[in-house]
Amino acid sequence: MSMSAPPPDAARLDAARLDAGAPAREAGLWSDAWRQLRRNPLFLVPAVVIALFTVMAVFPGLFTRTDPRACDLSRSLLRPRAGHWFGYDLQGCDYYAKVIHGARVSMTIGIATVAGTALVAVVLGTLAGFYGGIVDTLIARVTDVWFALPTFLGAVVVLAVLGGNGLPQLTLVLVLFGWPTMTRLMRSAVLTVRDLEYVTAARALGAGDLRLMARHVLPNALAPVIVYGAIRVGIVIAAEATLSFLGLGLQLPAISWGLMIAGAQPRLLSAPHLLLFPGLFLSVTVLAFVLLGDALRDAFDPRLR
Amino acid sequence: MRRLLQVIPVFFGATFLIFALVYAVPGDPIDALAGDRPVTPAVRAELRHRYHLDDPLFVRYGKYLQGLSHGDFGTNFRGRPVAEIMRQRFPVTIRLGLLAFLFEAVVGLAAGVVAGLRRRSLVDSLVLVSTTVVVAVPVFVLGYCAQLLLGVKLGWFPVVGIREGWRSYFLPAVVLGSLSLCYVARLARASLMEAMRADYVRTARAKGLSERRVVGVHALRNSLIPVVTFLGVDLGSLMAGAIVTEGIFNLPGIGQATFNAVHTQEYPTVVGVVTALVLIFILANLLVDVLYAVLDPRIRYR
Repeated sequence: MSMSAPPPDAARLDAARLDAGAPAREAGLWSDAWRQLRRNPLFLVPAVVIALFTVMAVFPGLFTRTDPRACDLSRSLLRPRAGHWFGYDLQGCDYYAKVIHGARVSMTIGIATVAGTALVAVVLGTLAGFYGGIVDTLIARVTDVWFALPTFLGAVVVLAVLGGNGLPQLTLVLVLFGWPTMTRLMRSAVLTVRDLEYVTAARALGAGDLRLMARHVLPNALAPVIVYGAIRVGIVIAAEATLSFLGLGLQLPAISWGLMIAGAQPRLLSAPHLLLFPGLFLSVTVLAFVLLGDALRDAFDPRLR
Repeated sequence: MRRLLQVIPVFFGATFLIFALVYAVPGDPIDALAGDRPVTPAVRAELRHRYHLDDPLFVRYGKYLQGLSHGDFGTNFRGRPVAEIMRQRFPVTIRLGLLAFLFEAVVGLAAGVVAGLRRRSLVDSLVLVSTTVVVAVPVFVLGYCAQLLLGVKLGWFPVVGIREGWRSYFLPAVVLGSLSLCYVARLARASLMEAMRADYVRTARAKGLSERRVVGVHALRNSLIPVVTFLGVDLGSLMAGAIVTEGIFNLPGIGQATFNAVHTQEYPTVVGVVTALVLIFILANLLVDVLYAVLDPRIRYR
């Protein structure tokens, strides 16, 4: 049969579709998931919260006009009051302004780290799952080794090697200790897709390895990594705060929630607001990403409906 | 047996990685040791020789492994054997880690099973909400809250130190185990829910077995595998994660020792601790593999 003219059946189907007057209802994995997510409050609420924190990170000026570094020692440790709801810290800086400006570090490091981790994991995981054999074994052994190293202690040593505690170094360290889990996830997802019939069909039609991986395998194997990625942003934000809290991450005068909580430690009883507000913001951010991940998983996993 | 062979490259890879990283740390440890005092070239040469600082990386790693094979973790730059430091500090961390492990395994499993059996009930929602919230609160925030509320305000538990025996470990262990507890509960819940819908559970019911036997023997045993896997991996991370908890509650454990070692550039101690943690991690994983076979007789190792 010649391929230049559409077969009559297809033409009739198209006509029928036009008659119905409605666009065909797509039932792919992605559109299906999106349709479900749009109506799920457990997705919408965290999404709005995350959007809010993103705006806060990019334009902190929208939330506060006070300069977080304009401090006055005469106001040191004042409790929350009208107009200054979060009180003042030890140096007499407006704590609300500081907490708002702290969002930037957390969001930047969370998103940059997970983007980096996902890049490594998708490439290595796809290669390992798709080719199997020696490539797979090699990658599996390397992930095993990294997996065996304790995260925080390892991070401490790597930070010492890098000789700095800035945002780029922290991001690199968190990527280094985050990629094994995600790579394994990606590999197993690729394994389940690789031998499906439509992939074999595409291969039979002459698609090359690269095209097979990018166009056929990846779209259907990406869901678990996206779900874990969303949750991972939350974990990474908490990890950065923990490292900074331990004195191994960002250093003063950087503004970060972890540093603020570390500064609150000696004054827990006399000034509990120093712990409360950054702790609250940090927890809400992490919670939003975890909930987002949960909602995504429910949407991607049809078995749970 | 094959598993045992796979473990070997992990051990060498992980210890070599950390060894190489420490090797690459800039700065001269002799300078750190001497502080402001001047060091004569002769003394410096002698010290460098004693700590094998002039050998190439692979030779040093080889010498380290050689010592390790008869329990010698090396000496730190103050002349104290690292093994001695660890003997002194590890019991505290092990007590803390085991208590936290017990707490997360028992409470987490109980919560997960109860929630998994009554899907969408009040208990289920309660478990889901509380675990999600606890996951979101970083350990050190949780630690301070617990310390402030239960320790200082209510006075139920000792706040810092280990002077009151097991009682003083309780609060830190709960804080340390809380994060993993949530994962255990959620994992157990999801996995049990899936098992309850499986055909073999329907068969067991159809045979007229009591509900207790259906859940306890048929569903639970099969759904335990992911939970056991997680618990095995987590045993090592609990010990490593103790660095934060020990700091908050001021426990003289291995985490604190490592923390101080990093700040004073005592890298032999860091390498020793990481080696020990890698060993714990590997042993825990082997134990998990053995447990698999117990839980699921279909899994056999050759």
